[in-house]
Amino acid sequence: MHDGKTITPAEIPPLTRGCAILGTGGGGVVTVAALSAERALRQYGDVDLVTLADLPADGLVLPLGSIGAPTVSHEMLPSGDEGLIIRETVEQTLGKPVVAVMASEIGGGNGVEPVALAARLGLPLLDADGMGRAFPEVQMVSMYVAGRDPGLVVLADVQGNVAALRPASGTWSETLARAVCVAMGSTALMADYILPVGEMRGAAIEGTVSRAIAIGRAVIGAEDPVGSLTAELGASNLITGKVVDIERRTGGGFVRGSVVIDGVGDCKGRLLRVEIQNENLVALEDGEVRASVPDLITIVDSQTAEAISTESLRYGQRVSVLAWPCAPLWRTSAGLRTAGPAAFGYDIDYVPVEEANA
Amino acid sequence: MRDLRIGVDVGGTNTDAVVLDAANRIVAATKQATSADVTAGMRNAITAVLEQLGDERQRVGRVMLGTTHATNAILERRRLGRVAAVRLGAPSSKSVPPMESWPADLRECVLAGAAVLGGGNYVDGREIAPLDEEGLRRFLATIAGHADAVAVTSVFSPASNEQELRAAEIVAEELGAQVPVSVSHEIGALGLLERENAAVLNAALYQVAAHVHDALQEVLDQHGLDVTRYFAQNDGTLMTVDYAARYPVLTIGSGPANSIRGAAYLSGLSDAIVADVGGTSTDLGVLVNGFPRVSSAGVEIGGVRTNFRMPDILALALGGGTVIGTDGVPGTTSVGYRIGTEALVFGGSTATMTDACVAAGRAAIGTVRPPAELAGVLRRTDEQVADAVDRMSLGKSDLPLVVVGGGAFLVPDGLPGVSEVVRPSHGGVANAVGAAIALVSGSIETIVPAGAGRREAIDTAVETARGRAVQAGADPAAVEVVEVTEIPLSYLPEPALRVQIKAAGPLGKI
Repeated sequence: MHDGKTITPAEIPPLTRGCAILGTGGGGVVTVAALSAERALRQYGDVDLVTLADLPADGLVLPLGSIGAPTVSHEMLPSGDEGLIIRETVEQTLGKPVVAVMASEIGGGNGVEPVALAARLGLPLLDADGMGRAFPEVQMVSMYVAGRDPGLVVLADVQGNVAALRPASGTWSETLARAVCVAMGSTALMADYILPVGEMRGAAIEGTVSRAIAIGRAVIGAEDPVGSLTAELGASNLITGKVVDIERRTGGGFVRGSVVIDGVGDCKGRLLRVEIQNENLVALEDGEVRASVPDLITIVDSQTAEAISTESLRYGQRVSVLAWPCAPLWRTSAGLRTAGPAAFGYDIDYVPVEEANA
Repeated sequence: MRDLRIGVDVGGTNTDAVVLDAANRIVAATKQATSADVTAGMRNAITAVLEQLGDERQRVGRVMLGTTHATNAILERRRLGRVAAVRLGAPSSKSVPPMESWPADLRECVLAGAAVLGGGNYVDGREIAPLDEEGLRRFLATIAGHADAVAVTSVFSPASNEQELRAAEIVAEELGAQVPVSVSHEIGALGLLERENAAVLNAALYQVAAHVHDALQEVLDQHGLDVTRYFAQNDGTLMTVDYAARYPVLTIGSGPANSIRGAAYLSGLSDAIVADVGGTSTDLGVLVNGFPRVSSAGVEIGGVRTNFRMPDILALALGGGTVIGTDGVPGTTSVGYRIGTEALVFGGSTATMTDACVAAGRAAIGTVRPPAELAGVLRRTDEQVADAVDRMSLGKSDLPLVVVGGGAFLVPDGLPGVSEVVRPSHGGVANAVGAAIALVSGSIETIVPAGAGRREAIDTAVETARGRAVQAGADPAAVEVVEVTEIPLSYLPEPALRVQIKAAGPLGKI
C-alpha cells in the first residue's frame, strides 16, 4: 500500500537532529520528544511513514503539535493520553475515521513527538507537515496559506480536558487557542486543519519527515558535518564566525532580540546580524538582507553542525549560519502575507535567499 | 591559635594538599599520586603537609576537601546506593518514566523502584493534583528494605516546593529517618527530567559521601586533628560536612572549579582566563568576578543528563606529555606519568611536547638535548591555545591569562588575544589552594513575575539564597549576593522571568 518506509527507534536520532535544524532556532526542545518517541516505538511498535497517495481520499489526516511555553513543556510533560482523547473527539465530531497523524510543525520537538503519538494511536505518520520548518504562531501553517479553513480546532491537556473550537479564521484560531492553552497550564496538544486526505493535497508540505531524517543522517558521523549539512540542505553558508553580541527582550509573549556574528577565517572582517523572535527571522549584513523568513535560517555549531536554539545562543560560540529556500507555497503572495518579513514587523522586501546570495 | 587550614584536591592522577595561614600564605604544599584506593592518596597528602608543619600542626583548624570520589563512583558504578524514584505530577508527566534516558547498566545498578504519582504544580502555582499521600505510602511499602534512599521530584518544584517537602515527611514516617531523601528543588533547576536525574544521582551517592567522610575522619583521627571539615562543590565554593552529606552530587566538578579559583588567588586576579596545563590535557576556564563562569549547556555525568550549573571548561588534548608523531604533528595520546622515562629529554625515545618546549628554550628540564626542529611544532600548538583562549574570552581581548599546572611552559608569553600571561608561583597546586581559599555559597533558581511583584519575588529569592549560604557555613554578617541572572520566558500569559541567584561569603569564625 505504501513504499515500505518505516520509522523504527533507529530513525529517531537522525530525525531529532534534522528536526532541530529545521527548527530555525525555535520549535522547542527535541530531547524529551526523542525519549518519548523511542519509548512509544518500543512499546507500541514501529510506525509506517506514508504519503498522501497511500491513504484513502476521504480519511482524515490529524495534524498534531504542542502549543505553549517551551519552559513549561520542558518541566510539565504530557500525560501520554492527549492524542487519544483528541482522536476520539475528532472522530465523534466529524463522523469520519482518522487515517494518519501529521506533524503540524516539523521544526524542533514538534517534529519528533508525532512519531510517539502515531505509535500510541496505532496510525501511520504522514510524510509531511504544515510548515516545513518552525514558526511561532498557529496560523502560520501551509494549510492556512493554501486557503483551507482551520475547521475544528481541538486542544487536550494533561488533565484530560478537551476544548473543541470552531474559530472563524486562522488568526482567530491563534487567539482562541492561546487563551485555552493558558488555562490548560501553558502547554497543550493541539490539532487543527483536520482535513480529508484529498484536501491535504497542495496544502501540506510533503516529504518533510524523510527530509529531516536525511538531514540528520548527513550530519551524524560526517567528517565535515557543516559541509555535509550545507550540501544536503542546498544552503548558503552566510558566515562562519563567533557570537559576539546577543540582545534579548520579551514582548507580546515572545522573546525578541538579535545576535551578531563576527566572521573568522575566510569570513574575517565581516559581521552578520540575525534578528530573532523565538525563531531566526532575518539575517543582515552591512544593511543588506542576506536571508529572511519564510526562508530558513539556522545557526549551527561550526564544528559539530548541531543546531543552536535561540535560547541557547551564548557569547563566544563558534557558529555557522546557514540559509536555504522555504517550500514554494510560502513564496506565494498569501504565503508571504502570512509569514514574510512584514508579518513579523520588518519593513523589508522579501528576496529569495538563493537570489540574495547568488 | 587555630589559624591554619589544609586544602586537599583529590584528582584523577594526583592528590594535592596545601596549608594556608590566616593571610592565605602557603606554608606547606605537596603533590602525591592518587591511589586506586583514593583514600591512601588523601592520607599521604595530608600526612606529607603535616610533616612539613611539624609542631605547628596544632594550629590547623579546618580542612577543605575537593574530591573526584563521586564522579568515579558513577563512572565505575561502585558503592552506589539503590534509589526509589518518586515523581509527583500525575496525571501529567506520565509519558516518560523516571530514569528513561539512563544507560541501562547504571539504571540497573541504581533503580530500586519508580512511581509517577498524583501531585505537582502548574507554572502559575495551581496544583496539578493534590499530593497522592495514600499512593505514596503504598509505593513506599513496596520498596521498603530494597531502597537505600528516596528521590522526590515534583513538577515545578523550583517554584512550588510544598509537595516535595510533604512527601519527604511521609518517607520519614514510612521508612524511618535513616533512609535519606533527596528533594529535587534543593538540587536542580527547571527541566523536569534533568532535575529528577540530578536528584536520583544525589540519592545514589549518599553511601559514597559517607565513605569519603569516614575516610577523611580516619586520617584526621590518626593525626589527632580535631578540625572542621568542608567539601568543595562544582561552583568553586564550599559546603559544611553536614551539607555535603546531604548533597554529595554537588561535589562533582569541584576539581576544575578549584583550579580556576586557586589560579586566580595565586595571581591576585578576579577576572581572567585560566589555563591548567597537565600531562595529557589543558583545561581552560574563565574567572568572572572571582568565580568560575558556569556552562549554559546541560552536563552529562556518566551518561546521565543533568542541568547542574558546572564550570564552563574547554578541554584540549594537549599537555606536557602529548606525543609528537613522526610527521611532526602532535597527536591525541600522551605518555602520561611515564614522561620521566619516555621523553627525549629524560633519555627516552618518544618525542613529546615537553621536548619541543625544551628545544624552543621555553623550558630547561632533563639531561638530553632534543633535536632543534621539534620546536617547529609549537607554531601549531600556540595557534590551538590562542584559538581556545579566544573562544573562552567572549571576544574580550584585554583579559590576562593565568597559566598553572605542570605543563605551564607550553603556553608562550606573547599569546595573541590576552593582555598578559601570568605564571603564579605554586601554580602546580592551584586546585588545592582553590579548595582552601573558597567561599561558602547558596543559590536558588525560580520563576518570578516580570511585572508587578517582581521586586518582592526577587527579594524573597535573594533571602533564600542567603539563608542557604549561611546554612552551608558562611558568616551571616559577610554574605553577599554575587550573581543575579534574569532570563525572560517566552509564550507565557503573564510576562515572567527565570531568575538565578547566588549568595556567597567567607566561612564563619571558629
